[in-house]
Order: sequence, then structure tokens, then C-alpha cells
Amino acid sequence: MDYELIGITVLWTFLYGYLIVASIDFGAGFFSYFSSVTGREHLVNKVINRYLSPVWEVTNVFLVFFFIGIVGFFPSTAYYYGTALLIPGSIAIVLLALRGSYYAFHHYGEKGSGFYQFLYGATGLLIPASLSVVLTISEGGFLVVTGDHLYLDYGALFTNFYSWTVVILAIVSVLYISACFLTFYAYKARDMDAYKVLRGYALFWSVPTIMASILVFLALNQHNPVHFEKMLDLAWMFTLSFIFFVAAVYLIWKEKRFGLSFIFVMLQFATAFYGYGASHLPYLLYPHLTIYDGFTNETMAITLIIVFIAGLFLLIPSLYLLMRLFLFDNQYVQGKK
Amino acid sequence: MIEYDPVLYSRLLTGLTLAYHVIFATIGVGIPLMIALAEWIGIKRDDEHYRLLARRWARGFVITVAIGVVTGTAIGLQLSLLWPNFMQVAGHVISLPMFMETFAFFFEAIFLGIYLYTWDRFKNKMSHFLLLIPVVIGASLSGFFITTVNAFMNAPAGFEMENGVITNINPLAAMFNPATPTKVAHVLSSAYLTSAFVLAAIAAYSLLKGKDHVYHKKALHLTMTVAAVFAVATAIIGDFSGKYLAEYQPEKLAAAEWHFETSAQAPLVLGGILDDEGNVRYALEIPYALSILAHGDPNAEVIGLEEFNQDELPPLIVHYFFDAMVGIGMFLAFVSIAYVVLQRFRKRNEHNRLLLWGILLGGPLSILAIQMGWFFAELGRQPWILNGYMTTAEGATTSPHVDLMLYLFILLYIILTVSCITVLRRMFKSNPVEHELKTRGIE
Repeated sequence: MDYELIGITVLWTFLYGYLIVASIDFGAGFFSYFSSVTGREHLVNKVINRYLSPVWEVTNVFLVFFFIGIVGFFPSTAYYYGTALLIPGSIAIVLLALRGSYYAFHHYGEKGSGFYQFLYGATGLLIPASLSVVLTISEGGFLVVTGDHLYLDYGALFTNFYSWTVVILAIVSVLYISACFLTFYAYKARDMDAYKVLRGYALFWSVPTIMASILVFLALNQHNPVHFEKMLDLAWMFTLSFIFFVAAVYLIWKEKRFGLSFIFVMLQFATAFYGYGASHLPYLLYPHLTIYDGFTNETMAITLIIVFIAGLFLLIPSLYLLMRLFLFDNQYVQGKK
Repeated sequence: MIEYDPVLYSRLLTGLTLAYHVIFATIGVGIPLMIALAEWIGIKRDDEHYRLLARRWARGFVITVAIGVVTGTAIGLQLSLLWPNFMQVAGHVISLPMFMETFAFFFEAIFLGIYLYTWDRFKNKMSHFLLLIPVVIGASLSGFFITTVNAFMNAPAGFEMENGVITNINPLAAMFNPATPTKVAHVLSSAYLTSAFVLAAIAAYSLLKGKDHVYHKKALHLTMTVAAVFAVATAIIGDFSGKYLAEYQPEKLAAAEWHFETSAQAPLVLGGILDDEGNVRYALEIPYALSILAHGDPNAEVIGLEEFNQDELPPLIVHYFFDAMVGIGMFLAFVSIAYVVLQRFRKRNEHNRLLLWGILLGGPLSILAIQMGWFFAELGRQPWILNGYMTTAEGATTSPHVDLMLYLFILLYIILTVSCITVLRRMFKSNPVEHELKTRGIE
């Protein structure tokens, strides 16, 4: 495997990691706000906060890792995406900033206000929408490149069917992933009231998630037929994804093995996400930038990979410890610690 | 209104974000060390006051960490959004330390999360303390790695430039460039100094308000002792930094000192203003001092601004920043050493009101000194973004609407500041030390 492929695989894995942990976080913020508006706050908030409090900072790092890493392996992405994404990127930063800091203000400060909670809930849905713009423009057709100048055609972006399907998929899958995880967590905590509410959310959001996925497929066929053809070559991955989806929803429906069901959810998104990523190759930004253009020099690629492996030796045990203490410790989960 | 110029607005926005971030980043590097010291002393001496100190500092610290994290994320992304042309070129070299910084931060984030949520979870108090070690290491390593990036921009090394493309890269030579040792040492040492002073100011404030609980005195004792150590260290490192500048970036030192003509036995210019004709007025000149600062020899020759191209000179305003930084540094050293001396030799006198006022003032002043230092360092290398290779104008984005983004971020930082102050005030007002001492049964 060449360095370019290793590089993009590493980065894609981090983006996948972010997709899962951030979805749980974003969705939880929304559910937390939604349930307090509908008068069910006392049922679910305790469970949500027990999970989120120790991990919110870690979630953020996955994203930082991705955008620092991509500039490291593929410095030219800084030029293309950096120039084009000034506005959506800045908006995403502002939303992330408000969200991150208000989480801390709300939970570590004295009992926060309803306004903080609203901010937290609303940004949870707006951030995935603003971040998904990156995936949309990577399909090409929104970037105008003329000689020394390039800019993002907002008119095309906002009137495009495909770009809206991506936004919808981003939002509903956030809610679906989050609800599935929280169902598992609430059940583990033996918090049956919260569990019932959350299981309802999980089942409810499964339908729009699968429908939005299909919609994105169809829209991509219209928008970028070349990419769509390549996705068909990897049809087995998407079929597998659908099977994992059915298995996950089945288990939640039958109310058993919630841990396994969440693993199925993760596999459902893993297969779809890697399938999408693999079929997008070699393009980073269709048709302007491939992973082979403007790749970093060989010395740096090797060094980055070495550092990455060394870093994993540090991170994996630490993450394991974090999960041992807050995710797989029944005493903690059940609120006895 | 200023005419729209993406370069100018990119500079303003980057400057704003960094100036805001550096407040939280500085205490983010320093406070974990203070918390660790307090908890360690608390365990070793079996003194619950110190453990409570660690606990209360940690609680306030999380609020500032949150802002540090989100503004750090902001500057990380803004580098690509505002300086895409710079990142495309320099990304080939600086990505390694940036990547490592992320790892260090990741490491810190994980253990900070665990630390905050396990105060009463372990039977052995030492286990909880040990969780802080990765936090302290992670925080300082983040500071280390990211400072090497800045050092690289000041003293590019470890590559060759061919037709605007960077080749022949040596990542380690780039990281450990000539500017790295003094920069990193100065950044870390001043971060510890500032954090100690900020925490000391809180204790001094309580004592001035007449709360004379031994808890506040212990807080003051710990923070001032640490401050005195790092004030001395910072001053010594500052001297090394001067010698570094004289050798590698003489134009920066000359601009800081308004040293126009190359000369031996150069005097150090303190204060003063520069009139329109370029004459220095009302300044205090210390003979030989610049030669000593630059080369450690009163007769040494110091290069003046006349030796450089007019359009490659840093703005002369950096003189004020330099003087403010050094002046405050001296003040901090004086106050903290005075405290330690009084405490050692004239027991009890260390709590006289004048000194307490000095310590209280030292808190905000130390933050101001950090700002002044960074303004000096960053403006002092203009017009370069990559010293000697790429000008700031060449590195900036060409996007429209950078001005709108500037206003958006000004608004964001105002909101964050107001919220941060409100939350911190409410947090400590509603649960004063005296109250918490009782509820925890320490009294």
C-alpha cells in the first residue's frame, strides 16, 4: 500500500471515530433539550449527563485530529478547502465553540439556565449540517476554479438537491446513532424510565435514517454519476450495511442484547462510510484534487505514520481506561459512584 | 471604514483569536501544575486544606479549559481557512509538531476527564493524584509542540525552498530550529509564572477582604513560592532570548530597542516615544545595557535597523510591547521575591496590605505581559509569515467576506467572556471556602 492510501485510511478512520462519538454527543444534546421541553427531563437527563460529562472534551479531539491530519498528509487540501470554506467553516467553529463552552458552563458551573440547554440542543443539529458541507463539495460542482482564484458557488450549493439530502442524512443519522447508544446505556444503568423513552427515539429515527440513506444514493446518481458507478462496484459493502441496520433495529425492537445492537449500528455506518470513502478515491475533491496531487513529501509521510503509531500506543490504553471507568463500570453507570 | 483587504482582515482575525486563546492556553499549561502541587502537598502533609485548594482550583479550571479547547479548535481551523496559501507550502513541514500537539492534547483531555470525575472514587488518595501527571505532561507538551511551530515560522530550518516548493525536509531539524530552545523555555516558564500569579491574586483578594482563614494563607504561600521560582527562571530565559535575537533575528531586537544605527557599547532604551521625524524622546537610556543583553559584553557591536531593507522592517511599535512585557516581568519578580523574603525572615509581615495589593495587581498584569510578549514576538517578525521565505501577504486567503467573519468572532468572544466571568463568579460566590470547609468536615 502506498503512503497516500495509508494516509487517507488513517484520516478516514478518525473521521469515522468522530462521526460515532460526535453523533452520540450531538444527539444527546438534542434529546436532552427536547425531553425537557416535553416535560420528560427528569427521566432521561441523568443518564445522558452521566455518560457525556467525562467525554465531551475527547469528542472534540477526534475532529481536531482529522483536520490537522489532513493538512499534514495532503497540504493542498488547505488551499482548496481552506479558501472555499471560509464561511461554512467559520460558522461551524462558532457553533462548536458555543456548544463546547456552554456544556461546561451548564454542567460544571452552578445549575445553568434553560437558554444554555437550548443552545446546546440547537447546535447539536446545526453542527452536523454545517460540517456535512465538506462532504457535499467534495463531490464537485460547487467550486469555481479560475486561474489563481477559486470560490464556492453558494447559489449552486443551496439550490442543489444532493446537498440537501446530505444535510438531512447527517441530521437524522445523528439522532438515530445517539438514541441507539443511549438506549443501551440507560438499560445498562437499569434506568427503565429513561430506557423506555430512549428506545422509542431509537425506533422512531431508524426509519428516516434508512430512507435518507437511499435518497442520498439516488441524488448522488444525478449529481456525480462517475462516483455513483464506482459505488455500485462496491455494492456488497452497502448491502452489508443494510443487513447490519436490520439486525440492529431488530434487536432493539425485541428488547435484547443492546450492546450487540449498538455494535451493529457502528458496523452499519462503518460499512457505508468506508464504502463511500473507497469509491470516492482517488479524489479528495472531485475533479480538482486527488490523493496523489500535492501529497506531503515522503520523509514527512513516514514520520507522520510513525508518530501516529506511537501515539496510538498511548491513546488506546488511555481510552480503554476511560471506558473502563465510565462506560463499562456498572457501579458508575448506575449512579452508585 | 477600512477598504476590504483580505490580508489585513485575516491578520486582524488571527490576531484576535490568538490573543484570546493565549489567555486560556497559558493558564491551561500552568494551572495543572499548580493543582498537582497542591494535591501532592495535601497528601504528603495530610493537610485537607491543600486538597481542597486543588479541588476548588480544578473546578474553576474546567470552565477555562472549555474556552481554551474551543478557541484552540478555532485557531487550528482558522490556520487553513485564513492562511490556505501558507499552509499549502508550510504544511509539508509543520504538520508533524501540529499532529503531535493533537496527541498531547488528546492525552491530556482523557485524563482530565477522568481526574475531574473520580475525586472520591479511589480508596488510595495517591491513585487520584497520579491521574494528574498525564494532565500536567500533556498540557506542557502541547505548549512545547505548538511553540516549535511558531519558532519554525521565526527561524525556518530543516528544508530547502525550490521555486516556491519545499523540498529536502528534515522534520527534526525543523522542529528543533534555533528559535525553539529559548521560545519553548520562555513560553513554559512564563505560563507557570502567570498561572501562579493568577491564583495568588485570588488568595490575595480574599485576604484583603478580611477573610483571614489559614486556607487563603496557604494558597498564597504555595503560589507565591512557585511564582518566585519561575519569575527568576523567566528573567534568565528572557536574557537568553535577547541573545538569540541578536544572533538570528537582529532586526526584531533592533526594532524593539529603537536601535537605528549599528554601534558598539549600545545603550538600552527604556520607555519614550518616537516622534514623526524618527527621534526618540523622553526615553531613559541605560548605557551598554543593549550590548550586554545582546552579547553579554558591554563593548559588543549590535546591529541596527539601518542594515535592513526598508520594506522588510518590523513596525517600530513593538518597542512599547517589549518594554511593557519586561517591565511587568520585573514587577512580578519583585513582588514574589519580596513575599518569599518577608515570609522567611520577618514572619507574618508577608500579609501586609501593600504587598497583598501588589499580588492582586500581579494577576491581571501577568496576563497582560503574556499578551505584550506575544504581540512583540508576532508583530516583530512582520512582514514575514515564514521569516525570509514568504511574506504574510502571500500566505493569506483571497476569499471575500473575511471582514464579516471578523465581526462574527468578535461577537463570539464577547459572549464567551461574559459567560465565563458570570459562571465563575456564581460558582465561587454560591459556595465560598468557609462553607465548603464546613460541609466537607475539614474544620
